[in-house]
Amino acid sequence: MIDKTILEQHGLNEEEYRLIVELIGKEPNLTELGIFSVMWSEHCGYKSSRVHLKKLPTEGRRVVQGPGENAGILDIGDGQVVVFKIESHNHPSFIEPYQGAATGVGGILRDIFTMGARPIAVLDSLRFGPLSEPGNRTVMEGVVSGIAGYGNSIGVPTVGGEIYFNSCYDLNPLVNVFCLGLADKDKIFYAKAEGPGNPVLYVGAKTGRDGIHGATMASAEFGKETEHKRPNVQVGDPFKEKLLLEACLEVMDRGLIVGIQDMGAAGLTCSSTEMAAKGGLGIEIDLDLVPQREAGMTPYEIMLSESQERMLLVATADKVAEVQAVFSKWDLDAPVIGHVAEGGRIRAKFKGRVVVDVPVDAVVNLCPAYRRPSRPPSPLPGKAPLPALLLPNDYDRAFLDLLSSPTVADKEWVFRQYDHMVQVNTTLLPGADAAVQRIKGSRKALAMTVDGNPLYTQLDPRTGAKIAVAEACRNLACVGARPIGVTNCLNFGNPEKPEVMWQFEQVVDGMAEACRAFDIPVTGGNVSFYNDTEGLSIYPTPVLGVVGLIEDIRKAVSPGFKGPGDAVLLVGENKEGLGGTEFLRVAHGLETGAPPQIDLELEKRVQEYCLSAIEAGLVRSAHDLSEGGLAVGLAECAFHGRGRTGCSVSLEDAVRPDTLLFGEAQSRVLLTCRPKNLARLEEMAKEQGVPVKAIGRTGGALIAVDHRGRGLVRVKVEDAFHHWKNAVPDRFKVRTEEGP
Amino acid sequence: MRFGVVQFPGSNCDFDTFHVLKDVMAQDTVMLWHKDHDLQGADCVVLPGGFSYGDYLRSGAIARFSPLMQEVKAFARKGGHVLGICNGFQILLELGLLPGAMLRNKNLKFLCRHVHIRLENDRTPFTRAGRRGQVLRIPIAHFDGNYYAPPRTLAEVERNRRVVFRYCEPDGTLTEDANVNGSLASIAGIVNEGGNVLGLMPHPERASEALLGSEDGRVVFDSLIRSLGARRPRNPVPASREKVGHDR
Repeated sequence: MIDKTILEQHGLNEEEYRLIVELIGKEPNLTELGIFSVMWSEHCGYKSSRVHLKKLPTEGRRVVQGPGENAGILDIGDGQVVVFKIESHNHPSFIEPYQGAATGVGGILRDIFTMGARPIAVLDSLRFGPLSEPGNRTVMEGVVSGIAGYGNSIGVPTVGGEIYFNSCYDLNPLVNVFCLGLADKDKIFYAKAEGPGNPVLYVGAKTGRDGIHGATMASAEFGKETEHKRPNVQVGDPFKEKLLLEACLEVMDRGLIVGIQDMGAAGLTCSSTEMAAKGGLGIEIDLDLVPQREAGMTPYEIMLSESQERMLLVATADKVAEVQAVFSKWDLDAPVIGHVAEGGRIRAKFKGRVVVDVPVDAVVNLCPAYRRPSRPPSPLPGKAPLPALLLPNDYDRAFLDLLSSPTVADKEWVFRQYDHMVQVNTTLLPGADAAVQRIKGSRKALAMTVDGNPLYTQLDPRTGAKIAVAEACRNLACVGARPIGVTNCLNFGNPEKPEVMWQFEQVVDGMAEACRAFDIPVTGGNVSFYNDTEGLSIYPTPVLGVVGLIEDIRKAVSPGFKGPGDAVLLVGENKEGLGGTEFLRVAHGLETGAPPQIDLELEKRVQEYCLSAIEAGLVRSAHDLSEGGLAVGLAECAFHGRGRTGCSVSLEDAVRPDTLLFGEAQSRVLLTCRPKNLARLEEMAKEQGVPVKAIGRTGGALIAVDHRGRGLVRVKVEDAFHHWKNAVPDRFKVRTEEGP
Repeated sequence: MRFGVVQFPGSNCDFDTFHVLKDVMAQDTVMLWHKDHDLQGADCVVLPGGFSYGDYLRSGAIARFSPLMQEVKAFARKGGHVLGICNGFQILLELGLLPGAMLRNKNLKFLCRHVHIRLENDRTPFTRAGRRGQVLRIPIAHFDGNYYAPPRTLAEVERNRRVVFRYCEPDGTLTEDANVNGSLASIAGIVNEGGNVLGLMPHPERASEALLGSEDGRVVFDSLIRSLGARRPRNPVPASREKVGHDR
């Protein structure tokens, strides 16, 4: 009865089917095939990525839980842990931007609180096509409102993030959501079924027909028609999730349950089989007891539904009444739908008939892993030499154009739609180098950032990945935080294309090298392949989410100039090279050349220098240089300061003036200090072997940059500010008629 | 004195308000559960921000029917002090304890940002620690904060000096730009006729610790403590008054 067409619809090949038959010792029925289809999908099974991800360092003294659980866990001392992860919701967000993004937030929040942690911060990494296209504006508007609609309602602040615009995301926008929660170390919960005979409880929303095969959908390319896939996208109910969050944290806090797992991708199937597999046991479920939203649902639909806001719990029989009382307090039902069983099988009954009976090990652990063929693209995009570039006629104009590029420009239009202050921990507002959340009742704080420049990784995947790790850590160093752990979201095209697989391998290698250099463990993450529509792949887009710890919040530093008269210091060195820069894209329309190179040893020294200077209390402001280079960095420091103080800077480097202003050489940071502390900072730099130069002073109404005695830039801070501030909102202004 | 913070299932500023009252202002503070009929002897009831019952229908529309709100209504009618912040303000409007209604923000988007508000009346129990004309920097975070009232109601509210806060520029002037959500007469907060019920959209609990960028919101809590004859704060939390080099 299972034929080629059915297999194709389930995203399984014949070889995989033969393996299934061998593993379960029979021909699967349709429901069983559906279960294998989702659990062995790329999204759940990591078929193409598993062999490579093993290369990432996952150990460290703070690691309580590495990859393999709902989220990673790090010890931050004083009996507390942080639980964090990043996940993608790319495919749903393209089909239905609002719900796709909203349920992306809902899903990652459940991953965090299912482990016993209260989520305290969300950050988003978003990628869209250029805003000149109305379709891209619609997607961005929908995604931003979806994140806002869900996060604001549930009361978890969205405290930061980043957005890049590039036409490679026209038909494949990316929505990566990072969430971090805080828990007591002795109250962590795992997705593990224990104690044969223990009841299994179903809590949260009723099961509907939404989201069936969401995971399979996320594991295939899109064609022209995506409209009909809309029913595959789930619909979120943040109020229900809020109830679920409070009720789950309450039963966990009171120690009433033994195991818990959220129903995310692959719903009931994934949660039940994973819990059973982790406990080395089985689970028996009566599908008639599963609360259903619609009449006439089949076992297939019940098992594969991805309806949101649902959890599966295991409790001991004597605690069931207490658990149900807590859920009832929060107006949620918690029916018992089955029990933990010996024998390692998932068995589901429907109207008295056994409709599923397969070994959980086969479903969860024996998904085949592939080492797919890989091949570098020819020619390598980053190897093509840049044409001879004319110097700009007007540096002021070039500077303002760069500030108006949506990738560089202010994103307040986005983050003011997010409640970024709820929970009263937000110490630095969005827009700073990293988000900083204080921990109540202590002097400690957590810093978080998400980062990844897709153009660098497109041109040189390995270097791009190293830079992504380095820059995220540099962002943390600029607020005074030491990195303690990493999560990553790897967004790529179709892994069956050898060129995509090559990009993936290069990125994983680069990440592994950089994480080892910084001695930070990777505690989990997510791989999103098949970001292809109509045969076109996105740029390889690894997004790094790095968490840092600040031991004393009083020492934290923000990027804005703190007033006139401070010395401006440049840490690191200006270098030649415009390949892969935002300036090259904006001014010359080119996305070519070799991206900036990175020396990880120098990078580490630069960061350690910044941290020691900040910890010594010598630094008034710190900001890392990234897209748009030194000129944009100076402008951002001016814009972020309360009084919008300008600065005047003069440079002597033997570097082309456009590169000096807008080049993106790595391992550079702008610091300011009181003049009396300058000598001490220079001395520290010498001791630590870090190039540091005093390049100017803050003050005045201009951003002024001189090069070897020649005035390059003279722009009023207010003018520059308006370009930077209005670039994004102007693109969303209501248009009464479309232009030509 | 004792503060009671109401907890609806979808409240999300309940813990924040509790934290500020208890740990920062060092006041006796209890949580009040929406299904109960017990105000636990609170001298001031605070309705915190959030999405009371999901607010899918209209902000605060369901909350007015909750068991606890019947007690709050009776408490307010007897002169008890009630403070509604954000969603709490919306609920007070739905309950009929304050006049008017909330429309969507003028830009039709959720807005979370610091705003400036001008203190218009320093003779209420919620504002006596401040002075008239004082400009406070306090965050807002709402979708429906565009205050509306029919002309006659508005005239009466204005005549009786019941407008307590208005959105303004940093120097205190009223402009269309500063009126971020489009409220009638830039209204950010009003009191009832008896002066014992205040609703405001800005979040004073988010502006009560220097570490988070502003302490201006303490005016409201300090005023209440002074009005209701309580002791001065005894043990401010060690980290709460410490400053970080904030940018904006």
